[in-house]
Amino acid sequence: MCKIIDQICLVTSCGCKPTLQNCPENSPAQIIAFDELKTDYKNPIDQCNTLNPLVLPEYLIHAFFCVMFLCAAEWLTLGLNMPLLAYHIWRYMSRPVMSGPGLYDPTTIMNADILAYCQKEGWCKLAFYLLSFFYYLYGMIYVLVSS
Amino acid sequence: MSAPAGIPPRPAAAPGGARAPEAAARAPPCQNGPMQNPMQFPFGYGLHLENYSASSGRYPQVPQEAVPSQLNNQYVADYHSACYSIPVQSVITPSVGPSMLNTQQPQQLYSGAAHPVESAGGLTQGAISSASHLHTGVPQSYSALSSHCSSSTSSSVASQGFPLSSGHYAMPTVSSAVYPNLSYPSMSIGSPYGQVFTSQSLPAVGQFEETNAFPGPSSTVPRTLPHQVPLGYNSTSWSTSDFQSAQDNFNRNHTGSLAKASNQINTVGIVDSSHPVSQNVQFTKPGVETSVVSSAVTSSIRTPVSDHLTEAASVPSNKQPSEPLLQEETNTATSSPAPTPQTSRTPKPFGYGYPTLQPGYQNAAPPTSAMQPNNPGPHSGFQQYPQYPGVNQLSSTLGGLSLQHSQQPESLRPVNLTQDRNILPVSPVLAPVPNLNSDLKKLNCSPDSFRCTLTNIPQTQALLNKAKLPLGLLLHPFRDLTQLPVITSSTIVRCRSCRTYINPFVAFIDQRRWKCNLCYRVNDVPEEFMYNPLTRSYGEPHKRPEVQNSTVEFIASSDYMLRPPQPAVYLFVLDVSHNAVEAGYLTIVCQSLLENLDKLPGDSRTRIGFITFDSTVQFYNLQEGLSQPQMLIVSDIDDVFLPTPDSLLVNLHESKELIKDLLNALPNMFTNTRETHSALGPALQAAFKLMSPTGGRISVFQSQLPSLGSGFLHSREDPNQRSSTKVVQHLGPATDFYKKLALDCSGQQTAVDLFLLSSQYSDLASLACMSKYSAGCIYYYPSFHHSHNPAQAEKLQKDLKRYLTRKIGFEAVMRIRCTKGLSIHTFHGNLFVRSTDLLSLANVNPDAGFAVQMSIEESLTGTSLVCFQTALLYTSSKGERRIRVHTLCLPVVTSLADVYAGADVQAVVCLLANMAVDRSVSSSLSDARDALVNAVVDSLSAYISTASNLQQSTLIAPNSLRLFPLYVLALLKQKAFRTGTSTRLDDRIYAMCQIKSQPLVQLMKMIHPNLYRIDRLTSEGTIHVNDRVVPQPPLQKLSAEKLTREGAFLMDCGSIFYIWIGKSCDNSFIKDVLGYTNYASVPQKLTQLPELDTLSSERARSFISWLRDSRPLSTVLQVIKDESPAKTDFFQHLVEDRTEAAFSYYEFLLHIQQQICK
Repeated sequence: MCKIIDQICLVTSCGCKPTLQNCPENSPAQIIAFDELKTDYKNPIDQCNTLNPLVLPEYLIHAFFCVMFLCAAEWLTLGLNMPLLAYHIWRYMSRPVMSGPGLYDPTTIMNADILAYCQKEGWCKLAFYLLSFFYYLYGMIYVLVSS
Repeated sequence: MSAPAGIPPRPAAAPGGARAPEAAARAPPCQNGPMQNPMQFPFGYGLHLENYSASSGRYPQVPQEAVPSQLNNQYVADYHSACYSIPVQSVITPSVGPSMLNTQQPQQLYSGAAHPVESAGGLTQGAISSASHLHTGVPQSYSALSSHCSSSTSSSVASQGFPLSSGHYAMPTVSSAVYPNLSYPSMSIGSPYGQVFTSQSLPAVGQFEETNAFPGPSSTVPRTLPHQVPLGYNSTSWSTSDFQSAQDNFNRNHTGSLAKASNQINTVGIVDSSHPVSQNVQFTKPGVETSVVSSAVTSSIRTPVSDHLTEAASVPSNKQPSEPLLQEETNTATSSPAPTPQTSRTPKPFGYGYPTLQPGYQNAAPPTSAMQPNNPGPHSGFQQYPQYPGVNQLSSTLGGLSLQHSQQPESLRPVNLTQDRNILPVSPVLAPVPNLNSDLKKLNCSPDSFRCTLTNIPQTQALLNKAKLPLGLLLHPFRDLTQLPVITSSTIVRCRSCRTYINPFVAFIDQRRWKCNLCYRVNDVPEEFMYNPLTRSYGEPHKRPEVQNSTVEFIASSDYMLRPPQPAVYLFVLDVSHNAVEAGYLTIVCQSLLENLDKLPGDSRTRIGFITFDSTVQFYNLQEGLSQPQMLIVSDIDDVFLPTPDSLLVNLHESKELIKDLLNALPNMFTNTRETHSALGPALQAAFKLMSPTGGRISVFQSQLPSLGSGFLHSREDPNQRSSTKVVQHLGPATDFYKKLALDCSGQQTAVDLFLLSSQYSDLASLACMSKYSAGCIYYYPSFHHSHNPAQAEKLQKDLKRYLTRKIGFEAVMRIRCTKGLSIHTFHGNLFVRSTDLLSLANVNPDAGFAVQMSIEESLTGTSLVCFQTALLYTSSKGERRIRVHTLCLPVVTSLADVYAGADVQAVVCLLANMAVDRSVSSSLSDARDALVNAVVDSLSAYISTASNLQQSTLIAPNSLRLFPLYVLALLKQKAFRTGTSTRLDDRIYAMCQIKSQPLVQLMKMIHPNLYRIDRLTSEGTIHVNDRVVPQPPLQKLSAEKLTREGAFLMDCGSIFYIWIGKSCDNSFIKDVLGYTNYASVPQKLTQLPELDTLSSERARSFISWLRDSRPLSTVLQVIKDESPAKTDFFQHLVEDRTEAAFSYYEFLLHIQQQICK
């Protein structure tokens, strides 16, 4: 019984290629979106309205992975993901007063500091997701080959 | 569940029985409605009313009155439109249904969910349909500057606030006008700017002697003074403070006199003084405009408005080839038209300005006198500035007249703060003048509208970081101006790549090309621009008014519109709950409105509407043709709807009688209400629905915490925490309902202005959001009561008068451009930032100030000048699209010393205050306080480390920053930032809102009020303004040590004057000025000085009214006796003194010194 669960977890966590694609997708979207804001293409209200619904799914998917890694006892991978998970929790706790889900407030997003921060955050996360994607891919192939 | 109800004087028109007072008796409304013969209930009324009374328990009685049959249809129609416009409504009253079926047919068109507004004034018809799906359907419509135009151009123009494609740009609108018409609707522009102009006239030694030669209060002021203006000296330096104080007095003179002159024409070539009457019908009325245009075309550029009177006479003489002569001509021209009453007075400001310099000089302690923030003079660090053709010819003719200047600029002179006790100058501090050559200085934008924290811009970000001073702009773009060149031209010349408007600081490479001063692109001069209609000369593009004035206004063509200009639309949303009625504000508001109904800015299309609310929302049908206003009550606050969408906002002129009826009836309609709840949120939603087709202004009057419907709030303030020194919580909003609403409003070009009149906590932090992001304004009257608190009542009255009559710009956007290399970092003020440099302002009012933080992204090595340009595009109340452009030019410096020399301490403090407000909301109040102290510590320690020869142990500041610690200390003792002293949360938030939205001049008075001793006003140093002698007492330190029991002191806090009377104040003062026999008989609440026929009374009154006239905002006066409880209001402003919780000034200096030495 236990083994089966373990195996399923291992498969999901290692063969996470299809799901992971959802995950990093958000970061480039954010980067592009913030760049659009900076270069004046879109107005902040629309931009926040498109970005805000994406924030929570991204965080939830990431949290789901962490749970999966936990179940699979993938301690190293989990350790790598824990800081980001903690960051996500902190980020969402300290979001501005909003009635809907999301992080971005159209009235403050145009502040140069906040815009720069959001952009930097987007790049960092994109890099992290990309690297971890290849790491998971490697992990999956390794498991497949060795088994 | 809507119940239409009649309003008096219709006898039996209240089907709800309820709210509408009866006409004859003005009987108390609700519960005891007149019991008249029950008649037949028309259609479904009985049932409906049962429903109604059941739904809200306030209507216990079934109405017993007959509804005259001819009214029935109306009511039914109303009801139906209400009922069917929202499907949900009809569900609630199913029993009503059958009996109503017969009337249902004509109302079919309301059955849709969204009801089309049908009579939206004709002009906006096409726009409405697109408006309804603004946020969903048309993605661009928000970014479009003035929202949705129904025409096909909208999508293409929408991408940018200003039409950027040259195709649009080139589209001629005034096809008939081959050459642009230049209209100078206001007075003479002998010199573009008064202040600059004085600075020009002062530097010459010869003139200095001349000015000293003017004896006392002589009215024979030589007219030659202004003539010498054009004698621009290549380099200007004032080595003594005399000039400064003279200039100061001079300026003050003019503000005073001009303010007095109000709408009238001033013939002195002074430009920028505040104007109490905002709506200058004279200047904007199209009829007048055209006449001005026609005269302007034939006469010269320099034609003053007074020349309207003598148009023909002045025309030939004004065509002058060279500038100095031109100016002279202007001045003679201005003096010639005798008919204007001002002409006889105009000399006085010149004449009387100067004598004051003597006493002022004497009063100053010797070290102080030298501490005026003088222009540093041509400092060695400055290179030659680029020469501009046209303006340059002047200086070349007069080259070599430059004065010798001291080696070190005055503003850099080190001041030992701990030893210098008298650092406050005797007269109010002036803005430093940028160190430009005299021609540019003359052309530069007035510091009243445009100020930079550093008048010498550091070349790199590294240098800026080293100086530890914030770089930013303080703007007052829509200020009331008495003089403003208005340009009607078919093409508005702009840079092709960065869209900068042509301005005085561009370089003309040759006759046909100009180089943009912001992006350095070379542009062609359009053919039209070559012709100067005012001088009727060809080939002098640099003489055009756009190039001669840094503040101009263009009449924009249809390229700058996305829809036809909107009419002026005003909606008043009034709280009528028990609390509000008890406070009695309704009488004041209605009375003010009645008085100013004809003065509301607008044209024949002006529309007005009213909504009242308590636990329900009441609308007023004011459609023309009704015999009396009709009240329509919507009690379904969860899903509020408009009962009759097309008759709630009505044309002011067509329905004036109905509006007057309503305003007369309103104060008494709710006298017996017992409703304590307030459904502000639903009322605002209804207001938004009503306004969204057109845009306009919503004025909200609220008296308590909103307690019902969406947007309800809880009390968050803990009174025990008011004086806490630790954490101040709840500075941010509790809900984002108001913010969202404001953003929606802003998208529909609607601004929400909030008047909060409450005695208890009403969560201003949340409520203020509705105005903050929709570019509205906020007024707060703590513990307002019409009879218990007469000072607040008077203030409301005066504020309303100003509010209703001041100028207003609709559907505005503001863009701030700056020289390549600089970039805008953060905006402050009541606005919504729509892109990196574009601000969306649904409304713009003349009392709104903005602040901008900037950063230097690229090094400014290639240039010696940087420019900032603000362009404000708005629709005037007359339906004209106008663009007001301000351009400021500043030098770039490379050394740290120069950066300090050019620091504008007032601007720095105001910008820091704005930043501190942001910080306290986003982080915490103590964080913001620390940041303020650190700003002083960092900048002073950076200065000390640059000046290596100074002793490290003493606290030294450059002269330009000598007031910095004092102002920051004052800021820390402001209501917004103070800790330890009991401060109500709403008061604190309101102070923060004011910091964010007030222009610099007003804000400085709030931070550091001016204190004068007024019991011994002498004739010494008086100035004459409009035949009145105005004494000029010196400024006093804000310290109790300056107060004496024998004296009386006036404190000018911007919006309030306190007069403090000492216990043993001279009886003659009390008798002569206050009109009481002795100190004991002076009442506690005195808000006016009696008009007594004594010299001292006359002096005091003229001084106070002079102070009052120098600002557009209303001020109330409060006389405070030494033992009265109100004296804390006065003493809290004495910022140099120690309080239980805060440092005294000296302690603060020691604290800073300690921090620096660390």
